[in-house]
Amino acid sequence: MPFKGKAETFNASIATLDIGTGEKTIRLGGQNVLPLYAFDASMENPPRVGVEISDEGLEGYTPKLLEYYAGASDVVSIAKKAAAMEGADFVCLRLDSADPNGKNTSIEDCVKLAKEVCAAIDKPLTIMGSRNVEKDGALFEKLAEALQGENVLLLSAREEDYKKVGASGLAYNQKVGAESAVDINLAKQLNVLLTQLGVAPKNIGMNLGSAAAGYGFEYVASTMERVKSAALSQNDTMLQMPVITPVALETWAVKESIVSESEVPEWGDMEERAIHMETVTAMACLASGSDAVILRHPVSVSKISALIGALL
Amino acid sequence: MALKGLDIFKLTPKTNCKDCGSPTCMAFAMKVAQGAVPLEKCPHLSDAAKEKLSEATAPPMRTIQFGAGENEHALGGETVMMRHEKTFVNKCLYAVEISDAMDAGEISDLLSKTKAVDYERIGEHMYVEIISVHHDPAKSASDYVSAVKLAAEAGRCILLDCTDLAAAKAALEVCKDTKPILDGADAGNAEEMNAIAKEAGAVLGVRGASIDEIYDTVVKLEGLGNKNLMLDVTASSLKETFARAVRLRRAAIKGGDRACGYPAIVNTAKLAPGDSVTQSALAALFTARYGSIIVMGGMSYAQALPLYGLRQNLFTDPQKPMKVTPGIYAINGADENSVCAVTVDFALTYFVVSGEIDRSKVPCNLLITDAGGYSVLTAWAAGKLSASSIAKFFQEMDIAGKIKNRTLIIPGKVAVLKGEIEEKLPGWKVVVGPNEAVQLVRFLKDYQ
Ligand code: B12
Ligand code: SF4
Repeated sequence: MPFKGKAETFNASIATLDIGTGEKTIRLGGQNVLPLYAFDASMENPPRVGVEISDEGLEGYTPKLLEYYAGASDVVSIAKKAAAMEGADFVCLRLDSADPNGKNTSIEDCVKLAKEVCAAIDKPLTIMGSRNVEKDGALFEKLAEALQGENVLLLSAREEDYKKVGASGLAYNQKVGAESAVDINLAKQLNVLLTQLGVAPKNIGMNLGSAAAGYGFEYVASTMERVKSAALSQNDTMLQMPVITPVALETWAVKESIVSESEVPEWGDMEERAIHMETVTAMACLASGSDAVILRHPVSVSKISALIGALL
Repeated sequence: MALKGLDIFKLTPKTNCKDCGSPTCMAFAMKVAQGAVPLEKCPHLSDAAKEKLSEATAPPMRTIQFGAGENEHALGGETVMMRHEKTFVNKCLYAVEISDAMDAGEISDLLSKTKAVDYERIGEHMYVEIISVHHDPAKSASDYVSAVKLAAEAGRCILLDCTDLAAAKAALEVCKDTKPILDGADAGNAEEMNAIAKEAGAVLGVRGASIDEIYDTVVKLEGLGNKNLMLDVTASSLKETFARAVRLRRAAIKGGDRACGYPAIVNTAKLAPGDSVTQSALAALFTARYGSIIVMGGMSYAQALPLYGLRQNLFTDPQKPMKVTPGIYAINGADENSVCAVTVDFALTYFVVSGEIDRSKVPCNLLITDAGGYSVLTAWAAGKLSASSIAKFFQEMDIAGKIKNRTLIIPGKVAVLKGEIEEKLPGWKVVVGPNEAVQLVRFLKDYQ
């Protein structure tokens, strides 16, 4: 009497999202199975791994990270090394310095940098704004315009600034990342609003929110699981967009990753801790539904990328 | 397969005596069918009826108990695939693997490193619950016994990873009182392994070259009367291992196939030997997806901190927010002259912030306000942490009457509240603290 369990495939599937152009295009989504269940049916397109870099350079980077980026003296050369990282599928440029409460770099300078970075790398580009709602509205408009034809992903359009960010993506043919706060209803509502603006569903990706392992991650996991289940089992087209999760942003801020070894000797090497925190969180995100994760450390990037390969 | 109310009714005495708390036997039967009332509520069921019903109304996945004394654990008993559907019942457990191919020095080194990981997080004791002892076919039964003895000294549960009959038997001799798991039955040795596991009272782990082979062996063992089993789903590839874990759990929960309804053992040390980062990632995958015992090649703090945090998150009851009682928490011997810091009543936030204040050694009154059990930013975004809510808390708790110090530190993430709080709390100096609690140690020391 053999095992009777059947494969679980759905009549609906996750939408596809292309980022980048020509040879450097990557495609997310397309599967009609639950996250990573490649044994039920092909995942179509593998989940992808992005590498984040900041326009503020290597500030706060740990020794092995600095070693990896050794010789990279400006953001463009940092971007090149990020793109060349083993396992990297795309680059995420964070325009942290644009924050009006920080360095308040001008929009012109941000745009110039983004163009240079985009031209220098052979991988698709995603761009994260300043996280300031007013500034991002204006910033993304200029970025979208200047990077026409590059098919970049703008991270992110939020409830507060989706009109501006969405319109910029629409006007200049870029992809729009819809960012919501760990809530399936909010995620859906934002997608509805963006499509009402005229942004086609195939040009939208979702950031459903993220948290480091141990820091409210249960809500992140459940939100992603509910979104995938509604997308597949109820054919909810407003929840079928691929999910992109910025993992590093969260994991490199928690205590486990930033408290020095001299403060807590029994915990051991700090960078080691940060790597494990990043990979554990990334893997848990992928299991729950991320179609792409954005990471920082070369060790995390290569290990997660290899694991994705082994699962498919 | 679940029984209908009517089928259950047929097995009751039909006397409507109400001893079960239900008005009629029929009403009782309906409730049992929905899982709202346990069978035991009716004291008048015949033994035959009880047996028939308990089999039929049992959850799709068995609860398996093992370990003795303070190392007693339960695994399985799950009823849903996803945590948001209801809740997961028994959290997965982590094991560290030693082997009889290691020398005694290596083993005790690994065991002492494993035991060093021991801490508390939001009221939960975090440690490696199980030591797995691998038997290398090139080694003898007495080599295995020596390794098992060393493992037993660690005072944790034991998992015997051994398909050799003689070695397994000898090992059980020395550790059966600890109620170990014998993970060693396969298609070739099932009957013999079954006999020695049963005799020792050990849970029997079943493995196989394919999911079909595991299934067949389970059916055979169940036929021999053994339902005290686990499924070792570890295969030679990750993809196959993951497939087995998911497909077996799914067949049990959604397909109602009880032969699949046993806890799963996954060995990450076999899947990624010597690669601790990959093992951590694998452990995360199987913590999220249907591993019950997750075996690792070692457990450092770097691995434990994120993994145990993840497990704690995923196995909490989604229906119950983790809250602490609002009030004044005096830390490091704080009194009325000590500085105040304010935060929310989310258990995780309280745990993190109080831990850091504790570490700073600076006396401090931590004020926990009623924020609906939300984190700082969530509460702020939901309007549950505001200048008004803080002012209300100060008034209700009579903070000004109880504390003479007039400095209040607020979380850096809600720095925007500073002005408004100062307006509402005249006489108080509001200081914006750091964003992360970990920075409070330095902040409080410098501030003092
Ligand atoms: C899990 C979560 C939820 C859970 C709630 C979990 C809970 N019990 O709080 C749910 C899903 C319910 C939720 C809901 C919402 N959420 Co929410 N949520 C999160 C998430 C992912 C993690 C929060 C968490 O657990 N943090 C961990 C705890 C420990 O952090 P903490 O309390 O801030 O404490 C830290 C520091 O503040 C500091 N600290 C704490 N106290 C003190 C005190 C002092 C004196 C000092 C110095 C420091 C200090 O120490 C701690 C560690 O460093 C975050 C995003 C993120 N990654 O942070 C979003 C987030 C907080 N949520 C957000 C929002 C908008 C919401 C909603 C309003 C969405 C909506 N419109 O419905 C709702 C509000 C609730 C409601 N329905 O009314 C936003 C807030 C945006 C903003 N900047 O204001 C965030 C940041 C997500 C985002 N990026 O948009 N959320
Ligand atoms: S206790 Fe048993 S016999 Fe009495 S009413 Fe309830 S189900 Fe019927």
